[in-house]
Amino acid sequence: MTAAGVVGVLVQVALVVGGAPLLVGLMRQVRAVLEGRAGAGIGQPWRDLRKLMKKEAIRPEGTSWVFTSGPLVLFASTLVIAAVAPFVSTASPLDGVADLFAVVSLLLLGTVALTLAGLDTGTAFGGMGASREVTIAALAEPTILLAGFALSARVGSSNLADIVAGTLATPAQVLSPATLLAAVAFAVVVIAEAGRLPVDNPATHLELTMIHEAMILEYAGRDLAVVELASAMRLAVLLGLSVNLFVPWGVATSSAPLALLGATAVFALKVGLLGAVLAAFEVFIAKWRLFRVPELLAGSFLFGLLAVSASFFLA
Amino acid sequence: MSDVVFVQMLDLVCGGLLLSGVLMLWRRELAAIVRLLIVQGVLLAALAVLLGVREQSVELYLVAAGVLVLKAVVLPGVLHRVLRDSGDAREAEPLVNVTSSLLAAALLTLVAYAVSRPLVALAPSATTRALPVGLAVVFLGFFVLVTRRHALSQVVGFLLLDNGIAATAFLATSGVPLVVELGGSLDLLLLVLVLQVLAARMRLTFGRTDMDELRELRD
Repeated sequence: MTAAGVVGVLVQVALVVGGAPLLVGLMRQVRAVLEGRAGAGIGQPWRDLRKLMKKEAIRPEGTSWVFTSGPLVLFASTLVIAAVAPFVSTASPLDGVADLFAVVSLLLLGTVALTLAGLDTGTAFGGMGASREVTIAALAEPTILLAGFALSARVGSSNLADIVAGTLATPAQVLSPATLLAAVAFAVVVIAEAGRLPVDNPATHLELTMIHEAMILEYAGRDLAVVELASAMRLAVLLGLSVNLFVPWGVATSSAPLALLGATAVFALKVGLLGAVLAAFEVFIAKWRLFRVPELLAGSFLFGLLAVSASFFLA
Repeated sequence: MSDVVFVQMLDLVCGGLLLSGVLMLWRRELAAIVRLLIVQGVLLAALAVLLGVREQSVELYLVAAGVLVLKAVVLPGVLHRVLRDSGDAREAEPLVNVTSSLLAAALLTLVAYAVSRPLVALAPSATTRALPVGLAVVFLGFFVLVTRRHALSQVVGFLLLDNGIAATAFLATSGVPLVVELGGSLDLLLLVLVLQVLAARMRLTFGRTDMDELRELRD
């Protein structure tokens, strides 16, 4: 483990933790501008977090350690992904851990921690949100694995850095049907996992429609700040994974300081751009009925399966 | 055209064919389905052009032009007219809901892959390896024919089936003789015109174009 490699990991973690609320702010601002509102500015999520951090965390009576540890597990699991995934550099010392299946299970660990915390409060909203979240996760998880499998079949390894390096080595692969189908499947899953429109509306507290917000309704103060920060990081991690798996150009292949600096700027730019496009796309659509969400995820599953089969018979 | 570029383009076109077939199962608006049919016709013509470049055959260019005119202009045009006259814009209730049909499509693709393995093994090349795509589109066409009730959806299923057969023929034989393609196309055109008249008669008699109305005998 070299010093330069450690610096690379630290840069990556700092970028995700510091940049994730800015990404959320950027997406809200894009949406506000497109809807003709002034918007609160890109820094607003950070200002909210600072305010919440100063407040006392109130925990409902009768909740156990499950409720207390939920935000921490969510934050920690997302932090591990931010450290190991090849966002800035493929030459990370934590390379061996950056397995696609490990990353997916870490994502799921965060989801499960939050659903258990939602159930632990014993309120109607917590249980309802948890039930919906688990339904969506159960449908989304096979798809994310299939899309990843299609990508790893091409390279012969499920290591994320290997997949990114493989795409860098043969750029023509990006236009193959397997990759395009996997990209569509992955995009749908990212939208579902990050709780964006049309699966979940992050801006609403309407009781009939909320999913993520229903689970975290009982959190306050510091706990809420941790949950909000972790959710923003989760969004950044998911967007970062999708840009680097499908459009990896600009990622550093060494740990040289200048390469790291350039890769950091390119990564921030790519994720910011993708986030802005996603926000602009959300302006034009409405949230779907919950009963239509399985249809969306079944379609995404089909794309994942077609991607896997196409990577075998169209190669 | 170099080998690598040819294989890449071929894969892209075949992927597009399969994708447009699958999307036809997903969408409910009949207008969107007809648009997908146009896309599929263009892709089929592109496939013929690709093979024409590969085989350096003028005949295949003519076939491609014929396919383009028939499948991307004339037949969608006819369907569009039927749609405009009939007034109902959506497939109301397919016999199998959309989620299950998408999962069935996944299964059908795997079946197509499994049954075409011996065919691919006969002469492995880039074109024959893409053969499962043609078969999968044929299966999807059959599936639409079986599960959709709207008369227009049935025609779409039939055209999907024919697109699949054409794609399979192109991929398996590296191009079809002009006479064969011409015969097949004229049959198809005639059939769609007859179906159009049938749909119009159904609408006059029953007021809608649900195939279930044809179950009972009337005088």
